[in-house]
Amino acid sequence: MSPVSSVERQRWDVVVVGAGGAGLRAAIEARRAGARTAVVCKSLFGKAHTVMAEGGIAASMANANEHDDWKVHFRDTMRGGKFLNQWRMAELHAQEAPERVWELETWGALFDRTPDGRIAQRNFGGHEYPRLAHVGDRTGLELLRTLQQKTVSLQQEDHRETGDHESRLKVFQEFTVTRILKDADGRVAGVFCYERESGRFLVLEAPSVVLATGGIGKSFKVTSNSWEYTGDGHALALLAGAPLVNMEFVQFHPTGMVWPPSVKGILVTESVRGDGGVLRNSDGERFMFDYVPDVFKEKYAETEEEGDRWYEDPENNRRPPELLPRDEVARAINSEVKAGRGSPHGGVFLDVSTRLPADAIRRRLPSMYHQFKELADVDITAEAMEVGPTCHYVMGGVAVDSETAAAVGVPGLFACGEVAGGMHGSNRLGGNSLSDLLVFGRRAGLYAAQYAVSGAGGVVEADEVDAARTEALAPFDGGGENPYTLHQELQQTMNDLVGIIRREGEMAEALERIGALRERAGRVAVEGHRQFNPGWHLALDLRNMLLVSECVARAALERTESRGGHTREDRPAMERSWRPVNLLCRAADGGVVLERVRTEPVRPDLLALFEKEELAKYLAEEELEA
Amino acid sequence: MSTYQARFRIWRGDAGGGELTDYTVEVHDGEVVLDIVHRLQATQTPDLAVRWNCKAGKCGSCSAEVNGRPRLMCMTRMSVFDRDEVITVTPLRAFPIVRDLVTDVSFNYAKAREIPAFVPPAALGPGEYRMRQEDVDRSQEFRKCIECFLCQDTCHVVRDHEENKEAFAGPRFLMRIAELDMHPLDAADEAGLDRRRAAQEEHGLGYCNITKCCTEVCPESIRITDNALIPLKERVVDRKYDPLVWLGKTIRRRTS
Repeated sequence: MSPVSSVERQRWDVVVVGAGGAGLRAAIEARRAGARTAVVCKSLFGKAHTVMAEGGIAASMANANEHDDWKVHFRDTMRGGKFLNQWRMAELHAQEAPERVWELETWGALFDRTPDGRIAQRNFGGHEYPRLAHVGDRTGLELLRTLQQKTVSLQQEDHRETGDHESRLKVFQEFTVTRILKDADGRVAGVFCYERESGRFLVLEAPSVVLATGGIGKSFKVTSNSWEYTGDGHALALLAGAPLVNMEFVQFHPTGMVWPPSVKGILVTESVRGDGGVLRNSDGERFMFDYVPDVFKEKYAETEEEGDRWYEDPENNRRPPELLPRDEVARAINSEVKAGRGSPHGGVFLDVSTRLPADAIRRRLPSMYHQFKELADVDITAEAMEVGPTCHYVMGGVAVDSETAAAVGVPGLFACGEVAGGMHGSNRLGGNSLSDLLVFGRRAGLYAAQYAVSGAGGVVEADEVDAARTEALAPFDGGGENPYTLHQELQQTMNDLVGIIRREGEMAEALERIGALRERAGRVAVEGHRQFNPGWHLALDLRNMLLVSECVARAALERTESRGGHTREDRPAMERSWRPVNLLCRAADGGVVLERVRTEPVRPDLLALFEKEELAKYLAEEELEA
Repeated sequence: MSTYQARFRIWRGDAGGGELTDYTVEVHDGEVVLDIVHRLQATQTPDLAVRWNCKAGKCGSCSAEVNGRPRLMCMTRMSVFDRDEVITVTPLRAFPIVRDLVTDVSFNYAKAREIPAFVPPAALGPGEYRMRQEDVDRSQEFRKCIECFLCQDTCHVVRDHEENKEAFAGPRFLMRIAELDMHPLDAADEAGLDRRRAAQEEHGLGYCNITKCCTEVCPESIRITDNALIPLKERVVDRKYDPLVWLGKTIRRRTS
């Protein structure tokens, strides 16, 4: 082994981990605020999971319905999250989303248009008005490409001034960060990473580190997430001493593909329902009418006729229950399949072919048309799709300050996008993810830059680098466990025991299995050398997936109620007494410990946006009295 | 559900050289080539290097050549092959090898940096952009590009002519110029930037002789040649030989 001094070090002001929408938006802002900024990402630049986002960006621009404004958006977001949202984040998000979308146009984005030339907006689950700016069903690609091209344009400016494209903003593509490094006072001092192509190690020293690594879906067997979603940022934060919040809340998107097996879990956009698609069981019934929960009773149509009229006349009719928030629809599909009313391959039918003309489907849902045609031999303009729930998003994440995106307890650490917790409460509304990553990506970049140029931050300790290096190389001296086998066993465990419907005994069993897997992961072994070796990469990602899975299982076992993305068969009711309670996860002795904390009381002027009767359904007794 | 054993030949090696290696591997109903590559990793050769992300044809990471044709592995179904056919998977030929199926695609990122960005119109602030759908349709088609670089790989201008890479941006980035040139609010002209002249003189548009190879391999079915490259060539001609036409167009665009 060569000495530590051989590990190359570079000095930057801000390091952003992740180059999806949140990471790039943060990097753009940090660079514009004067910080020399490095972006580190596991894939090639422009391939991040953001490209998979289909439906749109929620922003109350009021282009499609003049009654929309940030207050309505805020209300919808809080309802969707069952009032567990970090309310100041939900407020900032609703207020700033329109500016963030318009800004993208000035960077070259081309959204679909209204007849009078403004940005078109479409309906989505849980949103009172048509609110999603979109480009067909490939909105995420448009957003990511726009941010990528803005990044390049800043590099072009820097090239004109300094002769070097990468003097102020550099993307380290196909690098993986394995540790956040801290100084002797516990402040962030940089990151340790390896280059996937060559296996060489690199230390980026910086006083500010922004985590923008996305989610955790690859711990589950059926997921819409790509291989990158191994909970890296969640784990890096935990290992650096920062707590995670709300980790029990995992969103199962109601509509993933269910057949053929190799594509099981791939997303079918909610736009299919937003544009008129309906859900039916094997008896041909639109079963969603049977699944409208009490808290939403007044807001959804009671008959198919009323639901159908709403598409044309939303002022005088209520929306169809296919457009309930995702947690409700996913549970309903799960129940129908369990009751024996599922489709041949274990899903339900999603049909847009009887609702829109074929050419409108091809124009509005081109990716869906293509995806089903190419991968499943299904023509969605002529027949129904088979769909079922798929692990899609984690509401939980790094506990952050609402204004600055600063992680709780670790100076210099910031988090934004899916890796940050709080914003979405117990369930995220569709469309609120792309707006989240723009609003809080910008904030994280801005405050990370301010913190960095204020002269904070210390020196990377040599023994921290040494330890990170030893940890990264350990799989080459491992004891024979196959990383792919361990990964598959973890995915099966999480899917079966901590999935969409949870039970106390199963979650306890999951924790035992995760413990055993962690022990085996200590003996994981890889073949070959360090140059572009997927087995080695997976071996290192396992640490993160196991840590995050334990957080999910432990928090889920602790929260003895059902709310949003956390449904317990043995505790089926939402309990108002749990409303003001957050569960924080912290790393301890190789595992995870939980702490209950009280949430900050919702500001009175925000509470005043709701009817008293509605608040009484959500808030705990003591909150109502106050 | 039926299962069979398929025969694969996969290129293994690195910049120093390599060879096709034979594998026999299980295949299930509905699978794609990328599934088979993953099964090989999990069961036979854990260090087989491959890029992939979304597995749904949206990210453009898993580009390779399957039986000599540039394709996305995630969108190539096993059912298109005969069961007794040997399936050969090789890395993209136009780019340097890193390892196994992974190539060095930095050429594309270097070219991307040479294309001047969208120039926002000075008079319009955020939220004030007004564009008609029919005016953004054309550029939107080009923005469907997932940057899989299959067109860059297949284009004969560079595929077997390394020496042309310096002067030629390739279909993807010529299409990017067309996209910006057709953007209804791009203010390049006002900023003194002539995209058409640059396409011709700096990015090698003239090398393209519209054989449509790029269009054929595009997994997004973008009509690169017909809708981007040929119109761009025509605009270059307009610009070159008839400045009055160009001036007239510019004035009309400003006032509409």
